[in-house]
Amino acid sequence: MPPMTIAEKILASHSGQGDAAAGRIVNVSPDIAMSHENAGLVSKIFLEFGLDHVWDREKIVIIFDHRVPAESEKTAAGQKAVREFVKKFGIKNFYDINCGICHQVMPEKGHVRPGEVIVGTDSHTTTHGAFGAFSTGIGATEMAAVWATGKLWMKVPDSFKITITGKLPEMVFAKDVILHLIGELGSDGADYRSVEFYGDTVSGMSIPSRMVLCNLSMEMGAKNAIVPPDEKTFEWLKGRTDKSFSLVYADPDAFYEREINVEASGLVPQVACPHAVDNVKPVGEVKGVKINQALLGSCTNGRIEDLEAAARVIRGKTVHPGVRMLVIPASREVYLEAIQRGILETFVQAGAVILNPGCGPCLGAHQGLMAEGEVCISSTNRNFQGRMGSRNSSVYLASPATVAASAVKGEIADPREI
Amino acid sequence: MPVRGFVHKYGDNINTDVIYPGRYLNIFDPEEMAKHAMEDLDADFLKKVKKGDFVVAGRNFGCGSSREQAATSLHVAGIAGIIAESFARIFYRNSINQGLPIIIAKGVTEKVNDGDEIEVDFETGKIKDITGGVEIQGTPLPPFVLQIVQNGGLIPHLKKTLSGS
Repeated sequence: MPPMTIAEKILASHSGQGDAAAGRIVNVSPDIAMSHENAGLVSKIFLEFGLDHVWDREKIVIIFDHRVPAESEKTAAGQKAVREFVKKFGIKNFYDINCGICHQVMPEKGHVRPGEVIVGTDSHTTTHGAFGAFSTGIGATEMAAVWATGKLWMKVPDSFKITITGKLPEMVFAKDVILHLIGELGSDGADYRSVEFYGDTVSGMSIPSRMVLCNLSMEMGAKNAIVPPDEKTFEWLKGRTDKSFSLVYADPDAFYEREINVEASGLVPQVACPHAVDNVKPVGEVKGVKINQALLGSCTNGRIEDLEAAARVIRGKTVHPGVRMLVIPASREVYLEAIQRGILETFVQAGAVILNPGCGPCLGAHQGLMAEGEVCISSTNRNFQGRMGSRNSSVYLASPATVAASAVKGEIADPREI
Repeated sequence: MPVRGFVHKYGDNINTDVIYPGRYLNIFDPEEMAKHAMEDLDADFLKKVKKGDFVVAGRNFGCGSSREQAATSLHVAGIAGIIAESFARIFYRNSINQGLPIIIAKGVTEKVNDGDEIEVDFETGKIKDITGGVEIQGTPLPPFVLQIVQNGGLIPHLKKTLSGS
């Protein structure tokens, strides 16, 4: 058998093939199929098949997170229709508005395992590659096809090998590493590719930090991103899933279309400037830009270590009077831990507003939108024009520490200087 | 079969947030979706577009969110096909699954202008600019994928193949 990358191996095993070389079109059987509120659209399309059952009630996961709780009657009606669908078709894994962001709830509740194929109707489904899964975003129509048939055509992607080495400097995080990479490769630099992450920086990273790498790989176009599973992966998954899984690693002589090396020790905090995620600059070049809003949260950076990094910066200080700081724990589990450890108290005392777990203002659908001319620094994942409210507002993306430092200063600030 | 229509031309990295803003993601009716096509990119789009027109764009068309409404809204608004230097992968799949044909054509943004009348053959990938008098050879969709488009999208395609006809 020819040497294979991780993507080639996982797609081969899930399409009944001995091997699956890049470029081949295969019919894949996913292990998990996830949707959020767009399950409303998926179910509407699914019903066109006229089937009285879904492919597998255990493998479909639905998590409400985009507009929770419903901000309008229209959304409420959509959510109600999904709840009814869930009941009628006996979908086992449904998480209502009180659970959190899908990409955080998925692994927390044991729906992510190494070596599996996960598809989700959300582009940031790439996040779950942090656990060694092949995980990718798809559209609503193809999800309806998965619900009906349990299968989906995929082109086996070419792979990039990204090796990150060296110790991350103080106040430089996984977010800064991946923003730097997106800046270097461009927003389509990894279009349709599978990205594998290696190097001592990555093996030294926590699972949540690896989730940041995989989550944002989407912003350079990646189909999926993978960190090979190790002891940290097994430790994190312990007690969350009791299903067995298989470990999939690349063959030593697998073919990579590109190999990219990053030296982490020389990096500084990075900021993605309006209106493109690949418009990345070192924080020093954008320092001093006045802000109206500072947003801490999202599937990218709303986990305990993110809240903690920001709290460390902000502890004993106050949010600048001209700034609205919004803090959104990624899930109920994160929320609870942040309460128990006093992290949320730090934010409340500093003058921040805590929102319930969910996507919040990230996609401009719900809560915390911006008026014309306003500026937000955000730990989220996209800064497209109009993304967070007015077409004439701007979003800068940065790490939680940079967001916190900026919230205190009232302008974009270097967390190493606060 | 080649089809003719007029061009609406846009630049590189057109993301799905500007094609179909997040504030309308709670809409599930395609006709209603179409009322917001290109709303944050080109406020006049719906006034200009006619049934059978084409979108021509630069690199990485449809990057960002997986929202299928981006493809659906363009299709229902009348767009008969999209020709771009390259596509972001989820948009590429969504278009095919919606039965909206697309062609990757390197150099198309240099040769084709906004408002030009073009003739497109999705089977061969050949694009004739009638106004400008030039021809461009794009990459046609692979036969397996083209068949999904020709069947009207993934759902009709699957219904057809599942029923064995």
